[in-house]
Amino acid sequence: MAKQYETVIGLEVHVELATKTKIFCGCSTAFGGEPNTHTCPVCTGMPGSLPVLNKQVLEYAVAVGLATNCTITQYCKFDRKNYFYPDNPQNYQISQLYLPICRNGKVEIETENGKKFVGIHEIHMEEDAGKLIHDEWDDCSLVDYNRSGVPLIEIVSEPDMRSAQEVIAYLEKLRMTIQYLGASDCKLQEGSMRADVNLSIREVGAKEFGTRTEMKNLNSFKAIARAIEGETERQIDLLESGEKVIQETRRWDDNKGESYAMRSKEDAQDYRYFPDPDLVPIVLDDAFLEEIRAKQPEFREEKMLRYKEEFDIPEYDIEIITGSKHMADIFEATVALGSQPKKVSNWLMVETLRLLKENSLDPEDICFSPENLAKLISLTDAKAINSSVAKEVFEVMFKEDIDPEKYVEEKGLKTVNDEGALRKTVEEVIANNPQSVEDYRNGKEKAIGFLVGQTMKAMKGKADPGMVNQLLKELL
Amino acid sequence: MNILDMTAVSLAAAIKNKEVTVKEATEAVLAQIEKKEDTFHCYVTVDREGALRKAEEVQKKIDAGELDGPLAGVPVAIKDNMCTEGMLTTCSSKILGNFVPTFSSEAVLNLEKAGAVILGKTNMDEFAMGSTTETSAYGVTKNPWNPEHVPGGSSGGSAAAVAANECFYALGSDTGGSIRQPASFCGVVGLKPTYGRVSRYGLIAYGSSLDQIGPLCKDVTDCAAIMEIIATHDTKDSTSVERKDREFTSALIEDVKGMRIGIPKDYFGEGLDPEVKSAVLKAAEVLKEKGAIVEEFDLSLVEYAIPTYYTIAAAEASSNLERFDGIKYGYRTEEYEGLHNMYKKSRSEGFGAEVKRRIMLGSFVLSSGYYDAYYLKALRVKALIKKAFDEAFAKYDVILGPVAPTTAPKLGESLSDPIKMYLGDIYTISVNLAGLPGLSMPCGVDSKGLPIGLQLIGDCFNEKKLIQTAYTYEKARGAFGRKEDK
Repeated sequence: MAKQYETVIGLEVHVELATKTKIFCGCSTAFGGEPNTHTCPVCTGMPGSLPVLNKQVLEYAVAVGLATNCTITQYCKFDRKNYFYPDNPQNYQISQLYLPICRNGKVEIETENGKKFVGIHEIHMEEDAGKLIHDEWDDCSLVDYNRSGVPLIEIVSEPDMRSAQEVIAYLEKLRMTIQYLGASDCKLQEGSMRADVNLSIREVGAKEFGTRTEMKNLNSFKAIARAIEGETERQIDLLESGEKVIQETRRWDDNKGESYAMRSKEDAQDYRYFPDPDLVPIVLDDAFLEEIRAKQPEFREEKMLRYKEEFDIPEYDIEIITGSKHMADIFEATVALGSQPKKVSNWLMVETLRLLKENSLDPEDICFSPENLAKLISLTDAKAINSSVAKEVFEVMFKEDIDPEKYVEEKGLKTVNDEGALRKTVEEVIANNPQSVEDYRNGKEKAIGFLVGQTMKAMKGKADPGMVNQLLKELL
Repeated sequence: MNILDMTAVSLAAAIKNKEVTVKEATEAVLAQIEKKEDTFHCYVTVDREGALRKAEEVQKKIDAGELDGPLAGVPVAIKDNMCTEGMLTTCSSKILGNFVPTFSSEAVLNLEKAGAVILGKTNMDEFAMGSTTETSAYGVTKNPWNPEHVPGGSSGGSAAAVAANECFYALGSDTGGSIRQPASFCGVVGLKPTYGRVSRYGLIAYGSSLDQIGPLCKDVTDCAAIMEIIATHDTKDSTSVERKDREFTSALIEDVKGMRIGIPKDYFGEGLDPEVKSAVLKAAEVLKEKGAIVEEFDLSLVEYAIPTYYTIAAAEASSNLERFDGIKYGYRTEEYEGLHNMYKKSRSEGFGAEVKRRIMLGSFVLSSGYYDAYYLKALRVKALIKKAFDEAFAKYDVILGPVAPTTAPKLGESLSDPIKMYLGDIYTISVNLAGLPGLSMPCGVDSKGLPIGLQLIGDCFNEKKLIQTAYTYEKARGAFGRKEDK
């Protein structure tokens, strides 16, 4: 009988923190910008420059640590990780090895196989590196230090996961927690969340771990799932054919669906870690931790429970809406402005999701304000615009967050409630479409639909279809 | 009185009283530089035009009443490891041979705000690694007392420039004695402040946990005045400490009555030159006569200071100097194949022998498998040395001893035996390891006609006690200085 194998997975997750400025200087962390415009002597490692810790980084790291049940290291330090590479202007990265900010945490995940805990070994703070741009035609490489010094936390899990589903559930859990904290937008595609997968296999029942590999370049949940499946198969094939798994770092090529070795353990560098003497030890008192604890938001699970009690909306809607802190915030704020929860939910579930999908955006990218959504809903409630106009207005609002009241006014989109004008149009339509009129009178109920359409067209969409219907019936 | 013989504070007073203009002072010192540089070679860069331009600006501000500090208008020399915006800053290394910083170090900015006229950048041991200023890539500085001897180091250019009247005062940096020892060898006053007292922002780091900027000057009054300007809290330097006790000139008091002065017996043992020993003990006698309570005590662990220092400083240096890789600035080798070859060749060609020795030493002690045995152990010894000093300062206000075991050695004698050179730092480096302030001032001349230095060590942030003791001794000792060979 074939041997049964078990996959053992641990993750190293890098998360870019949502601070306005870099970890050790005042430069902007904003994306874009011409190369080397978000730089200063500190983040380009110029001689004589010195790092000063951005307190917000510390607050975010502690907040994530508390939310993931970690023990916070109340006397912690930064260490230098020494290695030569041009994206790293000092040739050392300021990171944490000996006394990371958080340790011994855990988060609960849920898959179709039930609930389980995934342990968090540690969370440490560090700086991001710059970006190398290789010019194939010019035989030179350029460096852009705009990302150099952008704050990161690295969340190192215990090897507690056993399947791609568990890995995805764990990542979703981290993403949701961190987004709820506002500590990062956690976008895998844009690299504000990056996961390296450490994977080994062993026979079911074995106590020892197998030799692991580390997989890099995983840019989406799908890629992660594929890479886990691919690497599991590769390792099983190796063992089945009597070969050994080599401890190495591999790079996943999602287009080809395979990975290749980047470097083996033998090539591993000695990083000569030591405490950075330019940064003083960080001493966190209980009051500071309490302050951060008090600021922890209502996380998704709590929010879902509350929505069930407070709002009469389907559970599916609750799941989608709370799946993004940003969307949940818009939902709650719009409801707070007096809109009916079900209507708010409908706008989010139908039109918003459709437009997000069409434009390949994340819920985090939603830019319309609760005020404007509430106005749009009250316009439709008051029958000031009909539903097709409302959709049209919403599309504009989705793009530019316009004030729907002003927009409807300016564009003359208000439903014509002047019965006289409407009656006149209906009479014209009846006069111009004798065939349909006759069909209707002969009992073809459907024919009225055509007449309503003709009237709406003549009214340039600005009529209330219900009213049109009523008038038609009356006049016919 | 000849302008050049004036102290910094007396020159500023003369400028304020319109007896001398800033331009006259600047021109006089530039003329002296022109006259003496061929012999002493104190500077890597002299910024003649910049200094004259600045002299006029400063004069205008003084005349307009915008500047009236105690050092306004006084020309100063800056050690070449402090960044100066727009002015070459080499650390006396080939690898920074073309490096012009885009910003000035905080200490330099503070001086400029106080009306300093920067003359140029002084020679030093490459990256401050050395005790003689002979490891400079830009030539050797000579001791103004006798050009056959070294000026000490690593701030040898700054000390020699003060002694040779090629500036009125200078800034140096001290990681293991680099201000105090050249001050001693050149017969000037030098102070290494408490770690955290002066911002390190803009100081090109050697051993970050030990480096400190401080003054080299003609007398204790100048020393106190300079300290008042450069000792500021700087939020750009995480290790800079916010202190209120910055009125150093208030400590210029001629009184040591009841001052408790401890003399560590360990500082007077084997290896100390008898002439140095007797001059230092004589200085102690003078203070005793002035009313100080002087007694000997055991300061243990002195013998461990040197290995501890060279482990920690080299470890930090090996990392601090990684940024000099030929990528963004500085020296890059002419021909190379690929990135790693470029690193290797640029650094092999750009750094001198002593720097490479310390990079290798530092890389070794930080290597995995050796970290605990060397680096961590050194940190523990460092903590013990600090504790030994804490205990001493529970009993004494000031610790008194020699600065160096000998007076200035002859050129070329030290580099051949690095261990011997390292041992020369024995009395200075504990002060850096414990983060304490240490002052060096002349207390005599040996039979070769070379100055002998007296070291006063204070508790953390207790520079004022040092200044008070030094000032009292200076008054009792009387005028000291090299006879200018006219």
